[in-house]
Amino acid sequence: MLPRLPRLCAPRLCAPSGRLRVISTTAHRRSDALFNHRDTPYNNPQIEFKFTAENLKRAKEIISHYPPQYKKAAVIPLLDLGQRQNKGWTSISVMHYVADLLELPPMRVYEVATFYTMFNREPIGTNFVQVCTTTPCMLRGSTDILNATLSHLGGIKPGETTKDGKFTVIEVECQGACSNAPMLVVNDDFYEDLTPQSTKAILDAFAKGEKPKPGPQSGRRTSENSAGLTSLTTKPYGPGEFCQPEFQ
Amino acid sequence: MKRRVSRCAGSVHVFSFLLTSSDRRNIASTSARQADITLTVDGKQVTVPQGSALIQACEAAGSPIPRFCYHDRLAIAGNCRMCLVEVARSPKPVASCAAPAMQGQVVFTNTPLVHEAREGVMEFLLANHPLDCPICDQGGECDLQDQSIRYGSDRTRFHEIAGKRAVSNKDLGPIVKTSMNRCIQCTRCVRFANEVAGVEDLGTTGRGNDLEIGMYVEKMMNSELSGNVIDLCPVGALTSKPYAFHARPWELKNTESIDVLDAVGSNIRVDSRGVQVMRVQPRTNDDVNEEWISDKTRYAYDGLRFQRLTTPLIKGPDNRFVAASWPDALTAIADGLNRTGAAGNEIKAVAGHLADTESLVVLKDLMNRLGSDNLASDLSSSYGNAPPMYGVDIRSNYSFNSTIPGIEDADAILLVGTNPRHEAAVLNSRIRKSWLHSELVVGMVGARADTTYGYEHLGDDAKALEKFLAGKTKGEFTERWAKAERPMIILGSMMAEHADGESVLGMLARYVSASGSRVMREDWNGFNVLQRVASRPALYEIGFVPSRAASSATPKFIYLLNADEVDPASIPANAFVVYQGHHGDRGAALADVCLPGAAYTEKSATWVNTEGRSQLGRAAVPPPGAAREDWKIVRALADVLGVCLPYEDVVGVRDRMWAISPALVRWDGLERTSFEFAKVGLKSLSGIGQKTPSGEKIGPAVSNFYQTDVVSRASVTMAQCTRAFVTGEKESGKAAVEMHA
Repeated sequence: MLPRLPRLCAPRLCAPSGRLRVISTTAHRRSDALFNHRDTPYNNPQIEFKFTAENLKRAKEIISHYPPQYKKAAVIPLLDLGQRQNKGWTSISVMHYVADLLELPPMRVYEVATFYTMFNREPIGTNFVQVCTTTPCMLRGSTDILNATLSHLGGIKPGETTKDGKFTVIEVECQGACSNAPMLVVNDDFYEDLTPQSTKAILDAFAKGEKPKPGPQSGRRTSENSAGLTSLTTKPYGPGEFCQPEFQ
Repeated sequence: MKRRVSRCAGSVHVFSFLLTSSDRRNIASTSARQADITLTVDGKQVTVPQGSALIQACEAAGSPIPRFCYHDRLAIAGNCRMCLVEVARSPKPVASCAAPAMQGQVVFTNTPLVHEAREGVMEFLLANHPLDCPICDQGGECDLQDQSIRYGSDRTRFHEIAGKRAVSNKDLGPIVKTSMNRCIQCTRCVRFANEVAGVEDLGTTGRGNDLEIGMYVEKMMNSELSGNVIDLCPVGALTSKPYAFHARPWELKNTESIDVLDAVGSNIRVDSRGVQVMRVQPRTNDDVNEEWISDKTRYAYDGLRFQRLTTPLIKGPDNRFVAASWPDALTAIADGLNRTGAAGNEIKAVAGHLADTESLVVLKDLMNRLGSDNLASDLSSSYGNAPPMYGVDIRSNYSFNSTIPGIEDADAILLVGTNPRHEAAVLNSRIRKSWLHSELVVGMVGARADTTYGYEHLGDDAKALEKFLAGKTKGEFTERWAKAERPMIILGSMMAEHADGESVLGMLARYVSASGSRVMREDWNGFNVLQRVASRPALYEIGFVPSRAASSATPKFIYLLNADEVDPASIPANAFVVYQGHHGDRGAALADVCLPGAAYTEKSATWVNTEGRSQLGRAAVPPPGAAREDWKIVRALADVLGVCLPYEDVVGVRDRMWAISPALVRWDGLERTSFEFAKVGLKSLSGIGQKTPSGEKIGPAVSNFYQTDVVSRASVTMAQCTRAFVTGEKESGKAAVEMHA
């Protein structure tokens, strides 16, 4: 204890006017979503939700993949189906409907729906833009992409929806397309190898109701080397080449 | 023999608290017990059954393991990481609650690695735990507090100016107060609610740092066992609302006693300060209540403060009660007896819900010596004026013969006219436990109810039962019942107050007799009567019932001993009525003289539970004002009436009880009725109820679980529970403000 004393006292002695020195601190992290449901006019259990006939057929097909006593395993695919039918977000009514369908206590469905971040529990715009800002994308300039997206959509903040209801932008973690970083996801499609310009072009196209071609926007195919082939440049061997004559 | 599911944490099944809905049960279960294994803990050899968790092995070896999430009676979650131990040749410390003990394992619980691991875990737990111990109700009995002293670091590295994680409080109803910032996410409450209580509304929402315990939607925890989550909570996140800021644990005097608000005889610990009962806590007794008690048991105690009779009262000529001294009151009773000229069976005693065995014995002796056999009880309408349908000669006819732990052996249960959830809440949790962990099937004749386990409803009248017993009902339950090796019939005590009660009892008795050794044999008695009133098993045990001649007499003098449920119509207008009891409730309103007695927390008395288990309750606080222990009041009255009773102290009374039935004073033990006697008893029942049942619907015995007797009717907390859960009224504005304060 004794040898520590001078060290503990030191900051206070040195600080000119009783200013506290913060030894170490981390960024204050606020949660981006509420993990309690509060009834709102647009999201309450009285709003009816039901699968369409087609989706109900699909739901039954999904449920049939699991043994009857493990029917609850279908909760994630069914919630996804419900979210797709419900304009991209999972309302409390969707959760209740899925719980009914799987004969689960509603709480078991709430647990799943709040655990997985891809279930949106608040309404979203027509186009759901997810900009990846995880390390590989960030190293390739995802900050510019995010800023370009936000400013192009009228200066909204991540998590917000544009006033016209066409776009919702969020930051997401790695989507697994690091070889084509930076990237963003609009609805179900990946747009890769982005520059601020191509990002704006994509957003403009979506704003007009078009759907640009997904994939790399730099012109390269999939994730092949952007510098062109560096190996396997010669013609590959044909069948029988370099073999003993009797095998040629 | 099938293994008893005595502890659901017997084997390891991580995260099995994701239970399914009430009609589907959990698949994950304990594995069959196998051979014993031997391992070394801290250099000590210890032998445990295979399938035990490592933490159990360490406990067995006498090495204490700190824990938050692990609990003997709940599934294993393994999420607090406090129980880390070092295992030889394991690269990392092992969470001992979630790791199975292995043959030949070498475990260390007291090494630098373990100390460091615990210190690290504790630091992470405390990083988000508010430092509000001085204003926290858990202070002094907080696992986190205790374990951080023992295992935590003695200095902090926490310098976050912005503060700690904040979580909104939840409204779980009038019983559980939440302070969710203190939550360490051990999920004990979630597992309890899902597994034991059977309210599958509690869960975890969010993930990672955002994980929180709650119900997601705004909802209250509607369970009659909800108070137990307060005991389970290792921190101050869930505390008791009625007890909030009332006392600190070290100020309280603990008295081990017995609950009397239902007939389960839950073992309780009454915590008192001065002359006030501050709270009631459960006491572990694996044969009765495990370690749970119902909310009524736990929170009706505030009813002991209101509506009390504190002084003898004599009704004046203007029909108003006037306080009197004991000698005056007793003389007034003697005068009343003389004035009415009551003799023999015209003197009637009525025993109520909360009458203790000692006072019943003394009152019976007094009545008998006055020449009366008119010993009634306060069953509804006039059923209490005759002996109960099952008679009182053989105990197995009115007792829960399979015993409460025996529920776990049953493979099929037939409930007749009973909803154990409301009549014996803790017993109900045993049925649920067995239903979750075994192939138990439950069938029910009577009013449909949410029982917390799945059941097949066979009908709601005696005719449906007749049809089922004759094998004319189709369904899964009927098939399984026919094949059951340990079938169990639970007859509700309410049937003794029902028009078809005799038919039902006779029907069941004949069925049990006809089924040979299937329902009743040397090692299994599947015929049970579930009593719901604490006094009745003792009442029948001592033979506190009227003779046939007595039950037809018109009473002129009526002595109500704690009898508040008595039908006012059964009291003739000119009869002289004495009420002895502790609350000014329905019984006192009928009386000419009131004698203030002691409530169950204020007297040392014997209570017999529905199994016939005799247990001794102990006085935690003195009776208020001039109130006295009940048997002493009756004894004093006997003196005034000039009747000589041969005992003067409680030892003498208990000698008398011994003479009546030795089982009454063999406390804590359970003396079972022998198979031969049970058979004779059954035979005596076979003759009754031969006529065809009327088919009158069997309604619920208890319509409001929270208010069934004088104590719970006087309780503010129980009134709040009634409003919240039974009538569904909104809490008043004031209460809502208190909640958010």
